[in-house]
Parts: sequence; C-alpha cells; structure tokens
Amino acid sequence: MALLEIRNVVKQFDDFTAVNDVSLSVEAGEFFTLLGPSGCGKTTLLRMLAGFEQPDAGQILLDGQDMSRVPPEKRPVHTVFQNYALFPHMTVRENIAFPLKMAGWAKDKMDAQVDELLEDVRLTEFGKRYPHEMSGGQRQRVAIARALVDRPRLLLLDEPLSALDAKLREEMQLELIKLQKEVGITFVYVTHDQGEALALSHRIAVMSRGQVEQLDIPENIYGNPKNRFVADFIGQCNVLEGTVRAVDGGTMTVDIKGCGEVRTLAVPGVTVGQQGWLALRPEKIKLDKELSDLPDEAYFRGRIHDCLYLGDVTIYIVEVADGVLIEAMLPNNIPGVAKFFDDGDIVEIAWRFDAGSFLTE
Amino acid sequence: MKNRLGKWLLSWPPLLYLVLFFLIPTAIMFVAAFRFPGDYGGLAPMYYYEEGKLIWDLTLENFTRLVEEPIYFELFAKSAWYAALTTLICLVMAYPLSWLIARSAKKYRDLLLLLVILPFWSNFLIRIYAWMIILGPQSAFTRAVNWVWTGMGGEPVQLLFTPFAVIVGMVYVHLPFMVLPLYANLEKHDLSLLSAAQDLGANAWQRFWRITWPLSLPGVFAGSALVFIPALGMFAIPDILGGTDSIMIGNLIKQQILDTRDWPFGAVLSIMLTAGVLAIAMLGALIARKGVKRG
Repeated sequence: MALLEIRNVVKQFDDFTAVNDVSLSVEAGEFFTLLGPSGCGKTTLLRMLAGFEQPDAGQILLDGQDMSRVPPEKRPVHTVFQNYALFPHMTVRENIAFPLKMAGWAKDKMDAQVDELLEDVRLTEFGKRYPHEMSGGQRQRVAIARALVDRPRLLLLDEPLSALDAKLREEMQLELIKLQKEVGITFVYVTHDQGEALALSHRIAVMSRGQVEQLDIPENIYGNPKNRFVADFIGQCNVLEGTVRAVDGGTMTVDIKGCGEVRTLAVPGVTVGQQGWLALRPEKIKLDKELSDLPDEAYFRGRIHDCLYLGDVTIYIVEVADGVLIEAMLPNNIPGVAKFFDDGDIVEIAWRFDAGSFLTE
Repeated sequence: MKNRLGKWLLSWPPLLYLVLFFLIPTAIMFVAAFRFPGDYGGLAPMYYYEEGKLIWDLTLENFTRLVEEPIYFELFAKSAWYAALTTLICLVMAYPLSWLIARSAKKYRDLLLLLVILPFWSNFLIRIYAWMIILGPQSAFTRAVNWVWTGMGGEPVQLLFTPFAVIVGMVYVHLPFMVLPLYANLEKHDLSLLSAAQDLGANAWQRFWRITWPLSLPGVFAGSALVFIPALGMFAIPDILGGTDSIMIGNLIKQQILDTRDWPFGAVLSIMLTAGVLAIAMLGALIARKGVKRG
C-alpha cells in the first residue's frame, strides 16, 4: 500500500477550480515532485496535504488513514515554506528543537536529536545564531532540519529553492538528494522549475489547470511527453503539426504540415487520418552542411534563420519550408569555435524515426 | 558636509524646546528642593547678605522629612500599584483588540483605529466627569451592580469616590496608548510563522505563547511605558473620581504646591517621581533592547 494516496481530490475557490479531480499515490521513500506553471494547483494540493486547506471532494489517505478531519498540527507531515518561515526570535537550535518541544520531548533526548540534525545539514557551529545572522542557503538548511527533526512521515517542500541564486540552487539540489537518501523520508516537492524537477525527482506529476497532465519518471516526462502541454513545458521542444498517412506495424508515416512525410514510432490507438503533433527535442536533431546518407531518418534541407548562443550549446533555428521553423541544438564542443553556422547558411537536418513522439492532444 | 549642517539645523528647534521647557524647569525644581519655603508660599531667598557676607540659605530638611515619614513612601508605593494595575488591565484589554484590528480586512483597519482614538476629540476632563455620572449612586450602572450584589446577599456598595472608580477612569483614559503601539507591532507580524508553527505541531495556545507573544514584546513594552508613566503621576482622575483614601502621589504634589504652598517639599516629591519614572523607563529600555536583539 502506498504511503500517500490522493483520491479524486477537488478544491474550489469561489468559481475557480484550483484542483480538479486529482488522483495519485506516493510510495514510502520516494522523492515526488508536483511540477507546473503558477496557478496550476500544485501549491493548493500541497496545502491540502499539510492540512491548511480541506478538499471539497475526494480523500487524502496517509498510511491508509483518512486525513480530512486531522488538523495540520496533528499530522505527521511537515512543510518547508518558500520563505523558510524561521522564527526570528529563536536561535537556530531553538528553531530546530521547536517540533520536539511541541511534542513534549525530554530535554536530553531533544538536545541529542537537534545535534544530529545540525550535523545532517552541516550547521553544527551555527546553533547559537539567530536566523537574521545567516545567509539564504543556511536559513534554507535550518528550515529543512526543523521540518525533519521529529522524523515526519512526509516532508512537503514548497518551492524551497526559488529564493536562492542559481549557483547556490544547484548546490542545494545536490544536498537535498543526499539528505533525502540519508533520512529516507518521503519528499513531496512543489516547483515550477522543470530543470529542478528532472534533477531531483524519482517521479514527477506535471500539472496544469488543476489536473495532472502526466505522471512518470523524469526520463519519460522528458523523453515521451504525453501531450503538447508537457512537451512544451518541459525543456525546449519542436511541436510540428501533421496528419497520419500510413500505419505499418511499429512505425507510421506522418505528413508534417508544409514539410512533407516523415516516419515516426506508431502510437497505440492512432489510425490513418488522425491529426496530431510531432514533438521533437532540439538535441536529437542532426545538423550539418551536408549529411551522409541516412536510410532510417527524416531528412530536410533548410536555411539558418536564427542562432541562439547559450555558451555550452547553440540553438540553430532552421527554416525548412515557408514558415516552418525547427530548432536544433549543437554542443559547442570544438575549442575556439563558438558557432558552426551563420544566419542564411543552407544546412541539412535529420532525425531518427524514434527521436520524436506523436501527440494527439 | 552640507548634509550634516542640514541635520544640525533641523535638530536645533526641538533641542531648544527641550532645554527651555524640560531641562531648565527640572533644574529649577531640583534647586527648589533644597530651599526653604517662603513665608507666604513660594520660595524663600536662596541666599542673603549678612554684614556684607554672602550666606547660602539651603537645607536637606525637605528630603529628611520625606524619608522620616513613612506615609510618603506608602503613597509612592500605592501610586505605583495603581499605575501597575492600570497598565495590566489596559494590556489585557488592548491585546485582543489590537490583534483583532491588525487581523481585520485592510479597508476596515483605519476606521477601527479611528474609533480607538475618537475619545481624544473631546476634552479629557469632560470625559472624566462623564464617568462621575456613570458611576454615581443614582446611575443605572451602579443600580444594576447593586441589584445583582444585594441579590447575592451583599450590602449595597458605592462605586464613585473609591479606588475602583480611579482605576476605571485611568484604564479608560490610557487604553488608546496601549492599543496603538500594540497594533503597530501586531500588524507587522509575518503570518507564515503561525502557519509554520502549526505545521510543526503547535496548538493555538502554543502558537500564541511561543510565537505571537514574544514577537509582540516590543509593542507590549512601548504600550506599558506609555500607560504606566502618565498613570503614575496622574492627579486629575483621583481628584475627581477618587475619595480621600484613593489619592495618589500626583495629588500630594499638587496639594503641596497649590494648597499648602510648600514648594520645596512639592519639588522633592516631583523629583522623586521623575527619578522613579526614569529608573523604570531605563529598566524597560534595557529589557526591550534585549528583546530587539533577539527579534
């Protein structure tokens, strides 16, 4: 049985449906992420897990027990808030000891437990400091230690890294993964940052407009997006409109609008005549002045329309037909060369038949 | 440089004001405490010439009188007790009110604050006289109290001209001075701290006692100072609402200076009152600073 089970949960604010019939389950020990743009309902769902909001319909079960009548302070669930919400009048030690104090732990046991957590988040020397005397990253670690100190069944993290700068965020990501592995507590993580979600999670639920669009492991969320929203939201993606012309066992032929026919992997249930979109990641596309013969690949000739130099990679936007633009990404892996092509260059692009996925919605 | 000059110029008027109307009068009172009373009130000359020699005519007698007669010390203690009780009642009443105003919708807050300070629009003495009517023997309030009290088997009581009336009047007058600083503090509280505390297992009482209360201490100290200090020297309310047994140190000072016309002894009492307030204010500042350091 799953540790956390969310069954047909609905939450309405006036005439706005924040969470619309969401069902999912989270296994014990999992690092689970709710990913979506702002307003998609991920934070509302998290607040229902914490107990700050009540679902209008549906059930939330933790360890098989219905949580609906359990107030936040009685749930074995803690939250790491976006702004950390550290108590300004308490030292780091007192902050971390707070849940233990509320639970009525004995002093010596409490001290030992706080010491352990301070060590876990590498803040042993900072116990006597006040929050305002610490950096953003350190405060973040205090907030996490405070939420983990009494070993909750579930730790909820509400965009905990969004207030940190990019460099620190990466460090904290690595630390979070390590910490979660060490303590073995189930994390439910809310973010709008797809990179963060892919890097951290065991599984991701991509949400939009109150519903789960796709729930899968990161590789599949990125590699096999289920619909246009997921393809678009996660990373860079070419979405090319087309119609299915033929289905032949494991593959099918799609006529890309304005371009021509390409072969792609068949999708169960998709038949001839079906309209849809081919989702194609820029880094899966080959690009060169001239490509040697490619039996199994879609192939087009086009003109460089634009280049985006990003440092490690450059994105080339290739116009393959009137108004049809395809993005291709090449790593800048040759020393001294920042750009392989210039605007207006005639190039050839190609991709393997299994590089993209056909989406019907 | 220009900026510093500007600051100097700006700070002169208030500085001058304080020197003229606080420092110099205090100095006059301080010197008066060592002088003899004049034959018909006021002060006797500080010095005189005898055979061409300057002779200072100063004394410590006024101070020894204060120390030797325990009644004065008792009066100080009673005044401090009245002021402390007033402060405590104001705090207990103002805290929930301030909290309510701070937590109410933004558009109502200004209106509610206006209601709190509305009594200031009418004269202080008139408001105190109004209490004379409310607490008078024929008032509906007094009769209602006595009806309940005698119903429970007690003897009829008088409300006006008692310590009770003095405390009622002092609480009534000083309540806004407690509400305003408390509101200013509570309004700034970060509500996510309460969510966090609840999330981490704190019940409603623990959330108040561990989070809201300690964070509101600067407001509590500020409000208490604003109530306690004027309450300690209050004379008008005991004069109007109090009986002979409920006079405070302020009344004695007024009596010494205006009725008995013993200015030196009045000055001694004033100085002791000022010194006491100063000591309490410093103590409060010390505690408040400790609180600010943590907060």
